[in-house]
Amino acid sequence: MTEFHLNGQLVRVDSPVNWSLLRLLREQRWWGTKHGCEGGECGACAVLVDGRAVPSCLTLAHSLHGKRVETVEGLGKPGDLHPLQEAFVDVGAIQCGYCTPGMLMASLELLRRIPDPTEADVRDALTGTLCRCTGYVKPVEAVLLAAQKMQEELS
Amino acid sequence: MSRSSQFQSVGRKTPRVDAEKLALGRGTFADDLELPGMLTLGVLRSPHAHARIVRIDTSRAEELDGVACILHHGTVERIAYSSAGQGHPEPSPWDMFAFDVKVRHVGDRVAAVAAETPEIAQQALDLIEVEYEVLPAVLDPMEAMVEGAPVIHDEEDAERIHDANRNIVAHLQASKGDVEEALSSASRVYERTYEMGYVQHAAIEPHIALAWMDEDDRVVVRTATQVPFHCRRILARVLNIPLKRIRVLKPRVGGGFGGKQEILIEDLVALVALRTGRPVRYEMTRAEELHAARTRHPHRTTLRAGVDEDGRLVGLSMNILENSGAYGCHALTVMCVAGDKALSLYRIPALSLDAIAVYTNLPVGGAFRGYGAPQGFFPLESLIDEIANDLGKDPLEYRRDHAIRSGDPLPMSKALGEGREGFEQTIGSSGLFECIETGGASIDWKTKRSRVPGKGRFRRGVGMACAMQGSGIPGIDMAAAGLKMNEDGSFNLTAGATDIGTGADTMLAQIVAEALTCSVEDVLVYTSDTDLTPFDTGAYASSTTYLSGGAAKKAAEDVKEQITVRGARMLEVGVEDVHVEQAHVVSTDGRKVSFSEICLDTLYVEEQFQIQAVASHMSYVSPPPFAAQFAEVEVDVETGIVRILRFVSAIDCGVAVNPQMAEGQVEGAVVQGLGYAISEEMIFTEDGSPVLLDLQDYHIPTARDLPELVGHLVETYEETGPFGAKAVAEIPIDAPAPAVANAVFDAVGVRIYSLPVTPEKVWRALQRKGRSFSPDTKDKNRATTRS
Ligand code: FES
Ligand code: FES
Repeated sequence: MTEFHLNGQLVRVDSPVNWSLLRLLREQRWWGTKHGCEGGECGACAVLVDGRAVPSCLTLAHSLHGKRVETVEGLGKPGDLHPLQEAFVDVGAIQCGYCTPGMLMASLELLRRIPDPTEADVRDALTGTLCRCTGYVKPVEAVLLAAQKMQEELS
Repeated sequence: MSRSSQFQSVGRKTPRVDAEKLALGRGTFADDLELPGMLTLGVLRSPHAHARIVRIDTSRAEELDGVACILHHGTVERIAYSSAGQGHPEPSPWDMFAFDVKVRHVGDRVAAVAAETPEIAQQALDLIEVEYEVLPAVLDPMEAMVEGAPVIHDEEDAERIHDANRNIVAHLQASKGDVEEALSSASRVYERTYEMGYVQHAAIEPHIALAWMDEDDRVVVRTATQVPFHCRRILARVLNIPLKRIRVLKPRVGGGFGGKQEILIEDLVALVALRTGRPVRYEMTRAEELHAARTRHPHRTTLRAGVDEDGRLVGLSMNILENSGAYGCHALTVMCVAGDKALSLYRIPALSLDAIAVYTNLPVGGAFRGYGAPQGFFPLESLIDEIANDLGKDPLEYRRDHAIRSGDPLPMSKALGEGREGFEQTIGSSGLFECIETGGASIDWKTKRSRVPGKGRFRRGVGMACAMQGSGIPGIDMAAAGLKMNEDGSFNLTAGATDIGTGADTMLAQIVAEALTCSVEDVLVYTSDTDLTPFDTGAYASSTTYLSGGAAKKAAEDVKEQITVRGARMLEVGVEDVHVEQAHVVSTDGRKVSFSEICLDTLYVEEQFQIQAVASHMSYVSPPPFAAQFAEVEVDVETGIVRILRFVSAIDCGVAVNPQMAEGQVEGAVVQGLGYAISEEMIFTEDGSPVLLDLQDYHIPTARDLPELVGHLVETYEETGPFGAKAVAEIPIDAPAPAVANAVFDAVGVRIYSLPVTPEKVWRALQRKGRSFSPDTKDKNRATTRS
């Protein structure tokens, strides 16, 4: 039995030992987290574990005991988007949207670490997330915009 | 003021209708669905490039607990078909079978197992015993045509292969004027051969399909496809069941780029559902994607161009040798597009195309964004650059002097249709000149071209290339849309159009909103369900805005007419005394009724009827969008590494229905094009095995790799397009590769004739150029000419 916090809720699961967190999430119908390779290459499955962005496809569900897991479902709600989500929508950073949850989680980690990132910081943070649609221009723009808005809200 | 500025919805940066749910992770992709008792399917793939299956023994796999169904050539009916998801009659040969006794490339299908869990499926696949008679393989298209080469398609029951004994899938010839005559009278003739490698779509969502039986014993296939209607038609053939027993649903698709135009996996899940009555899911692994899905056809292209004493182009001939891989999917039509687009861009009196597609024992070519145009423009735009330099002319001016103009005929449009005769066309709108000017100014062409060549290890250069594409396949593609009015003044739009991440749903909503003067939020879009939406050929050939948008506009205009009539009647005036404005019908004396009141009246009050319309749209013209693209690069002469510093695209897509989405299309296509230019290539061992099987090795651009990208939308108004629009999704991928190669030449004086432009190729070319290479005498006229 593994116990961990998923988006703030305590969950207890009894999953087979070989299950990845990705598989566990999706079997529980947490479909927000996507998958493009299941080998740690694409970043579509990124989630935060104790605040760090990790590929959920390479994270064993059993290793999560006592940890805090955050997925895209924990970010915002309909009509009440997180500033990052809002910025992705506003600047047109979402094309097919398949990489978007991974991008958002990688960006969230970045903005918690560096609230006023440079463009280079954003590019570095997004490097682990492959996107074949946008050419990264608008996602980078979105993260910078979100950072700015979040800073303004604080001050 | 541009003509688009008069619009309310078209030409605005409306956020996508689906953006919020995607941002929330609630977009429902094919895999985001759970069905009780769903099986998982796995595929056993060939380890050999060419072999005959002598024996296949599944008995041990069958005994495994949890195995529900095993498919192979002994258990599945043999029906020739093509997985190329094209219209009817299909231009690609029927040269494949769901399962065959022969395998023709590493990764070809051998057997499939559906089981209770992925683990059991895998275990069962491991237990299948296959005995192969390994056959000699042929990997080079030139060798494949030689007498005595292994015959890849020796089966009797394939259809429409041009010459199976010589491994020739298709042969295509077309001409305008007498090229030989033109070249023999030319004052200089240039002949060059170009090679373009294998690349992969690499959509982040792999191919995935689910299938189940509904309560009426029909098979429902939910698949990440670009072509739901072709999928249904082709499935009916390969499954040998009536079309009416099949329903295809396209949920959200995580990128397609042509890769999901193929009916690659749907037959497998449908077969299992039909046999077991149970839901089943199959998703290709990334390794499977990288060798068993489709690719961009590699071309080896020889161009011969002649110029007169004044340096004007007088003749151009193009010879294409296309490697189609093990099957002939899209082989003919990709060559048509390569020839048609590349030979039409400049005013040249005599033209000819001779194109041959050949089978080899390598992965299969398919549709890939640009569909042959990138393979046409790398040679063309490299050669034009070389000629201009050789003649001592500015490549920008040389292009502008020769460029096709509005009112010019498209010289090859009749000869090169979609695998059959096409239609005469002339250019309507063209912003090519403005693209060249705007892009040139943006990259600062004049200054940068005349700068003193660098001396150090890192040298900079700029290069450019132009391109054109089409908007749908003329005379063939058709799109339909239905529109129905609701009591609150909202509308249900149902369309066959297939949004694969391109924003088609949003674009359609904007067009309907524009025509009806309502808000985009009042248009509820439902697309791509073969039971419920009208037909559409699908998301390919840059057709969606032009054709699906055209159909939506027509349906909206019809509905608007019905609304107007009822509105006038309610206001008790004639139709000539009203107009439609902001979702109201307004009379000349200022009285008005809202759309909601009108709909309530038609549904409940008097002479009741449903305000609705269905409209279809097709076109005998395919107006070309145009591009001029510019690269600034820095070449490290020690290592040959090319760094792209800046990339400028100036694109004429008519009126951009949604400029933000159009920019997104440009950015994404450019980046995919830059991958093609410098970093992406599928490579194989001598026996045809793929070497790069994950996304770490097969390197698609990442956020860190990118240069400064600049995009300019040069607005024109295409009279035949919906609200002036043309296509946008493919054109920006056509010219990055030649622009980069030309910039490399400008930087260090060497020409790279093959893609990708790798450090090794650049370094070798620099070595060949020799130590004599001195930056002070950057010799732009190095290229020799054959007079
Ligand atoms: S699915 Fe986890 S990194 Fe690709
Ligand atoms: S938006 Fe499609 S992969 Fe990023």
